[in-house]
Amino acid sequence: MGLVKQLLRLKGGVYPPYQKHLTDDKSFTKCNIPNTVTIPMQQHIGAPCKPLVKVGDRVKMGQKIGQPAGFVSSPVHSSVSGNIKEIGNFPHPLFGESLAVLIENDFLDELDEGVMPKNFDELSAEDIKGIILEAGIVGMGGATFPTHVKLAPAKGKVIDTFIINGTECEPYLTADHRLMLEEPDRIVFGMQALMKALGVTKGFVAIEDNKNDAVESMLRATAKISGIDVVALKTKYSQGAEKQIIKSALGREVPSRGLPMDVGVVVNNVATAAAVATAITTGMPLIERGLTVSGSGITEPKNLLVRIGTSFEEVIKHCGGINGTIGKVISGGPMMGISQFTLKAPVIKGTTGILVFKKGENPYPAELPCIRCANCMKVCPAYLMPMMIHAYSFKGNYEAAQKYRAMDCIECGCCSYGCPAKIPLLQSIIAAKNRLK
Amino acid sequence: MTEKFTVSPSPHIWGKNTVSKVMLDVILALIPAAIASTYFFGLRALLIMAISVVSAVFTESIIQLIRKKPVTVSDLSAVVTGLLLSYTLPSTVPLWIPAIGSFTAIALVKQAFGGLGQNFMNPALAARAILFAAWPIHMIMYAIPGVDGMTTATPLAILKAGESELPSLWNAFVGNIGGSLGETSALALLLGAAYLLYKKVINWRIPFSFIGTVGLLTWILGQEGLFTGKGIYSIFLGGLVLGAFFMATDYVSSPMTPKGKIIMGVGCGILTVVIRLYGGYPEGVTYAILLMNLVVPLIDRYTVPRVFGEEKKRWEI
Repeated sequence: MGLVKQLLRLKGGVYPPYQKHLTDDKSFTKCNIPNTVTIPMQQHIGAPCKPLVKVGDRVKMGQKIGQPAGFVSSPVHSSVSGNIKEIGNFPHPLFGESLAVLIENDFLDELDEGVMPKNFDELSAEDIKGIILEAGIVGMGGATFPTHVKLAPAKGKVIDTFIINGTECEPYLTADHRLMLEEPDRIVFGMQALMKALGVTKGFVAIEDNKNDAVESMLRATAKISGIDVVALKTKYSQGAEKQIIKSALGREVPSRGLPMDVGVVVNNVATAAAVATAITTGMPLIERGLTVSGSGITEPKNLLVRIGTSFEEVIKHCGGINGTIGKVISGGPMMGISQFTLKAPVIKGTTGILVFKKGENPYPAELPCIRCANCMKVCPAYLMPMMIHAYSFKGNYEAAQKYRAMDCIECGCCSYGCPAKIPLLQSIIAAKNRLK
Repeated sequence: MTEKFTVSPSPHIWGKNTVSKVMLDVILALIPAAIASTYFFGLRALLIMAISVVSAVFTESIIQLIRKKPVTVSDLSAVVTGLLLSYTLPSTVPLWIPAIGSFTAIALVKQAFGGLGQNFMNPALAARAILFAAWPIHMIMYAIPGVDGMTTATPLAILKAGESELPSLWNAFVGNIGGSLGETSALALLLGAAYLLYKKVINWRIPFSFIGTVGLLTWILGQEGLFTGKGIYSIFLGGLVLGAFFMATDYVSSPMTPKGKIIMGVGCGILTVVIRLYGGYPEGVTYAILLMNLVVPLIDRYTVPRVFGEEKKRWEI
């Protein structure tokens, strides 16, 4: 309907240089479709899929090739038509290496028979959830949480508000920004489908105020929809984390170790909503996604639409190749992204960006002892004491680390970013979290 | 040819703030006081400051070389310690006093306990306390500003002795009074403190609660009966402004939690007033801060703030 103001300021957070000017004016173009795609069986939080195909099978575009194992899981589909060349361990941008299916593209893009448009008005809430599950839709902001699970709140949890996340607070990344400019109606349609699936009538589009054109675009797209407002949040890194959006936009605080459903809210990324729209209007499952290729090490930074399974190498080649010598390759943004050791890793459902830093740029800083300045505490959006968690974790005392609530860390990286002594706080905190699970 | 990529954990970018930048800001904030000190006490003040800083840096370098550790004086923390120590000395001290003082601050209070980040007390104040205990006569010969060869009592000493000939509030504010190099000019110190608050190097909680408590308690516990004390005047006396803004706020020896900072400020304030009014010394800031330094880890443990999503306020770890 209209623009609303945020209720609360984000407590904590940092202001990294945004670098969005490299790509924020570049509309999406389609990345060259590669000769082969590598589809990992795990592109989501939860149990990995089991392959449904074997070597030699012919698969079609949009065909399910991985069966989810359990409820918190999501099927994977072929993004091209062609033959299964190999099933085995292949590079993975998050796990280093994992089970994947290598498909040889026949460049026919023959559609699977299951790819059929649906009539939105005839769909019930359960139908929509089923479509989302079958389409393999997961959180495309990077977390890759299976969306159908988010839409199935636990017994007793009543959802009253839905928020769509267009904040894109990481530096360099502009894919969500461009999506809101170029396909606002598709996002809104997906949003309405998600709201129907949840049975809620109140929705918000959350955008950071460094993207005023996107705010305008989404305002126009929701002008006639009374239940949906746009909230422009003050730009600050880690405002885009879902718990922080809920606090700033609605004033509600998700309980420690809880989920947004505990305060009656569900949050989805704008690209996730667009994927839901596609799954309904064309029947196509999640086989392509928009991402930003940027950084000083890329010759022509761009926003691209990429078929899942395309290697980073192919994507970078489509952007004019590497500019200079590679220092670092990152999947995602510079604050939370995962640094890569091979360009053969494939783009997966959660790849929001590919960044290349030139050699010598942003070198890993030398560490000094902790001076107890508590800057990490000041910038932590989860109100933690990162220096204490780090100190205990570093010595292997994970129980003490949990006394300082290590498990509540949202892994945003503000602590390491803001530390004047350049201590790798986040690394120790994540190490503690892994050992406390 | 296989290229090598740097692989490291996130984040992959870092803020521009560094330890030496923070220390530099403190040094810059102390410059107005250095200028005021030189104006009131002459070039000898500068000499004392210089010797103090050089001794601190030299001590740190030697110790780190002996320990075969990297020499870290470029982080400027030794410079800050040396400079702060010199601000607690009278302008008449023999030049070996700042030399020994800085050596003690760095070698004993800082390096012996682990170096940067490990001093359990404020190094400059601890060294001052040691100097005061070892050479008390040298440490109380406060020069009259602008007058050579004569010494005077500080306003606090005058108050303690019960005499009534006190310098004016303006003189106390500007620094035209007897006292150590850096403590006399509240004006100069406050300029520096404003800079540090603006740059967010120090937080308002410790200095404001420290000074507020001193002012309030001094007023309440007046020598001529309740609520007759010179609350406002007492704020500009002694080492309070220097101590509250520059010493008590030392990161390493002060609480990290917001509530803890208030507790430290109030505790320092109470101790300062108790020593000033009922103790043997005319000034209590040094010991107030040192004593509170000792309980800082305890304060931090009991003031851990609520985390995001927690309902109850936490009381202890």
